[in-house]
Amino acid sequence: MHSARKQKLYIVLSIVLGAAVAVGLLVVAFNEGLNVFFTPTEITEGKVQPNQNIRIGGMVKEGSLVREGLEGTRIEFVTTDYNADIPVVYEGVLPDLFREGQGVVAEGFVDENGVFQARQIMAKHDENYMSAEVKAALEAAEKRKAAGGISQ
Amino acid sequence: MIPELGHFALILALCLASLQAVFPMVGAHSGNTLWMQLCRPLSAGVWVFMLLAFGCLAYSFLHDDFSVAYVARNSNTLLPVYYKFAAVWGAHEGSLLLWVLILATWGYAVSILSRDLPLDILARVMSVMALITVGFLIFMLGTSNPFERMLLNTPAEGADLNPLLQDFGLTVHPPMLYMGYVGFSVAFSFAIAALLTGRLDAAWARWTRPWTNAAWAFLTVGIALGSWWAYYELGWGGWWFWDPVENVSFMPWLVGTALIHSLAVTEKRGVFKSWTVLLAIAAFSLSLLGAFIVRSGVITSVHAFAVDPERGMVLLTLLLLIIGGSLFLYALRAPVVKGTATYGGYSRELFLLFNNIILVVSTATILLGTLFPLIHEAIYGEANKVSVGPPYFNTLFVPLMAVMAFFLGVSTFSRWKRTSLQHLWQNLGKLLTASVVLGIVIPLLVTAHFNPSAMLAMALALWIALGVVADIWQKTANKASRVDGLRSLSLSYYGMQLAHLGVAVLILGVCLTSHYSIEEDRRLAPNESLTIGDYEFVFKGVEERRGPNYIADSATIDVLKDGEFYLTMHPEKRRYLARGDVQTEADIQVGFFRDLFTALGDPRGEGAWVVRIHVKPFVFWIWLGAFLMAAGGITAILDRRYRTKRVRDEAAVPAVGLKTALE
Repeated sequence: MHSARKQKLYIVLSIVLGAAVAVGLLVVAFNEGLNVFFTPTEITEGKVQPNQNIRIGGMVKEGSLVREGLEGTRIEFVTTDYNADIPVVYEGVLPDLFREGQGVVAEGFVDENGVFQARQIMAKHDENYMSAEVKAALEAAEKRKAAGGISQ
Repeated sequence: MIPELGHFALILALCLASLQAVFPMVGAHSGNTLWMQLCRPLSAGVWVFMLLAFGCLAYSFLHDDFSVAYVARNSNTLLPVYYKFAAVWGAHEGSLLLWVLILATWGYAVSILSRDLPLDILARVMSVMALITVGFLIFMLGTSNPFERMLLNTPAEGADLNPLLQDFGLTVHPPMLYMGYVGFSVAFSFAIAALLTGRLDAAWARWTRPWTNAAWAFLTVGIALGSWWAYYELGWGGWWFWDPVENVSFMPWLVGTALIHSLAVTEKRGVFKSWTVLLAIAAFSLSLLGAFIVRSGVITSVHAFAVDPERGMVLLTLLLLIIGGSLFLYALRAPVVKGTATYGGYSRELFLLFNNIILVVSTATILLGTLFPLIHEAIYGEANKVSVGPPYFNTLFVPLMAVMAFFLGVSTFSRWKRTSLQHLWQNLGKLLTASVVLGIVIPLLVTAHFNPSAMLAMALALWIALGVVADIWQKTANKASRVDGLRSLSLSYYGMQLAHLGVAVLILGVCLTSHYSIEEDRRLAPNESLTIGDYEFVFKGVEERRGPNYIADSATIDVLKDGEFYLTMHPEKRRYLARGDVQTEADIQVGFFRDLFTALGDPRGEGAWVVRIHVKPFVFWIWLGAFLMAAGGITAILDRRYRTKRVRDEAAVPAVGLKTALE
C-alpha cells in the first residue's frame, strides 16, 4: 500500500512536471503567437526588422486602394497615421467593413522594399467605433507631428 | 406607458431580490423558519417581475416604439418581426435584461425543483443568488436602463439592428450562452452555502451535480452555436478564431468541465471537496469576467459592445466584490470542508485529478493569452500594444487536449480507490493497438498522404470511441442478455459515455477540417470555373436582388460533381438600407462528410469577382460533437437517483423534514 505521504509526493511531482512542460510550451507559444503592434511612423523610423511578424494599424488612405488590373486576388492600398505612409499588399478577400478613410489593422511583415505584406486584414464590425489600436496610433502620430512642428 | 411599466417591474424585482438576499440568509443563521421559507415566494416574485420587464421591452420592439432609446438604436420598421424580437437582446442593455431574467429563472427553478433540499441550505443558496441579482439589477438600473426614453426627440425611424445579428444564430446563441454563464451561479451559490454551513457531503454533491450539468450543457450548446454562427455569418469559413470573446466563453466551459468531473469524485468518494468548491467559484467568476471583458471594451474584439468606461468601472467593482468576497470566504472556511478519504495509485480519482489539472492549466494559458495585451499595456504604457494570435493558443491548447484525450480513454477503465496496472493493460492493450493501427491506416488509405498530426487525431478519437464501446460491451457481459445489460446501466453512465463519444467526434471534426480543408480565394470572370477535388465550381455572374431591408449582389455558382450538375449556390453581398452596412452572406451546402462553402468577395471589374470557395471535410462533426456532449450532460441529469433519493432522504432523516412539520 502507498502511504499518504508517498501519494502526496506523486501528486506534487506530477504537478511540478506538468508545470514545467506548460512553461516550456508557453515560451514557444509566445514566440509564435505574439504580435507587437506598430504604427506607420514607427515602421518608417526603422523600428521593425524585415520579416518580423507584426501588426500594423492606421487609416486606409483615401484614393489609395487599387483592386482592378492586378493579378488574381491581389489588392494594394496605403495605410497612414497622417504622419507616415506604408504601402500594403494583400491577397484574398477583404472584410466587409474595409473602406477608404476608415481604420484598419493588418497582420503580416514588412518586406525588403518596405512594403507591408499582409497575411490578414481586420476591420472593426462597428462602424462608429475605431479600434483602440488605431486610435492610439493616430494620437501618437499627432503628438509627434506637433512636437516635430515646434522644433522645426 | 408600457416602457414605464417595464422600468417599474425592474425596480420591484430589485426590491424583492434585496429582501430575498437578506431574510432567508438571516433566518438560516438564527433558525427562523418563516424567514427561511420566504425564499420561495420571493424568488417567484423576482422571476415574475423580470419576465414582465422583459415582456415590456419585447412589446416596445414589436410595436416600433422608437421613443425608447434602446429600441430606436436597435430596431427599424422594415426589420422582420422575428428579428425585432431577437433585437431585444441585440445590444448591451437588452442582453443584460435577458441575463438577469435568466438568473431569476435559474433561481426560481432551484426553489421549485429542490423540494428535498434542507430548508436552511435552500435559504442560503437562494440568498446568494438574490445577492447576485441585486448587483446586476443595480448595475442595469444605474448605468444601462433599457427603458430610457427619448420623448422630446422621438425619431421617426429606428437605426436598425446590426446586420451581423440579423440571423437565426443570434436568436438562439446569446440565450443559450447566458443560460450557461448564469447557470454556474447555481453551483456557485451551493458552494457558498457549503462554505457557510461547513456541510459538504455526498448529498451536497448530488444536489449540485444536475444543476452544474444543466448549465454546462447550455454553455456547450451556446458556444457551439456561436462557432456555427461565426462559420456561416461572419462569412469567412473559420469556426474558431481565439478571439477574446470566444476565449472568455471557453474558460468557464473548461472550468465547468473540470467541475463536473470533480463533483463526481466528491459524490462517489468524498474527496476533492475544497477543490470542487474552488472550481464552482472559479466557473462563475470566469463567467462574470467574460461579461466584464465583453461589455467594458477593455480588449479589442469583434464582439465588443458599445464602450462606456463608467459601465466598465461599475462592472469591475461588481466583479471584484463577488470574486473577492467568495475567495475570502473560501480562505476562511475551506479547511472545514476538507475531504478525509484516501485513494491509491492508478485509481479513477487520480485520472480525474489529471483531467482537472489539464483543464485548469488550459484555462490558465487561455486566460494569460487573453489578458496578456492588457498586462503588457499596463507595464509598458499605452503606446506599446501587442496582440496574442492563434498560434499561441494552438501551440498550448492542442497538445494539452491530446494528453487529456489519452487519459480519458484510460480513466474509463480505471476503478475507484485503486486499479492494478495489470487490469488496465488487459483492457487497454488491444484498444491501444487497434486505435494506433487504424489511426495510421485509415488516413493513409483515404488520402494517400502521410500526415502525422491528422493520424494522431484519428488515433485519439478512435481510442476514445472504441473505449466507450468496449466499456459498454464489458459492462453488459454478465447479464442474461445484452439487452438486459443495456437496460441495467444507469442514465448517468450513458450520459457520460455519450459526452465522451462527443469528444471523439469533436476531435475528428476539428482535426480533419484543419488538415484536409481546401480553401481557395480566386478571381473569377463570368463562366470561369475552379476545380477542387471532385467538385467544379462555375461562376455564372452576379445579379442585383432586393430583400426586405437590404439590396444584395447575388452570385450564381453552379457546382458540378464528377462532371455532372450537382447544385447551384448563391453567395451574396448585402447592403442594408438603414445603416448602409455591407454584409457578406456565405452560401454553404452542409453535408455529413463535407461542407461546400462559397462567399463573395469584392468586384474586380468586367463582371469578375473575387470568390472564396472552400471544401471542408467533417466540419459538421464539430457541432455534432458539441451537441453529443450537451446531450450527454442532459441525459445524466435524467438519472433516477437524482429523483428517487429524494424520497429516501426525507424518510430517513425526519429531523430534516422541517418543511413537513410546518406544512
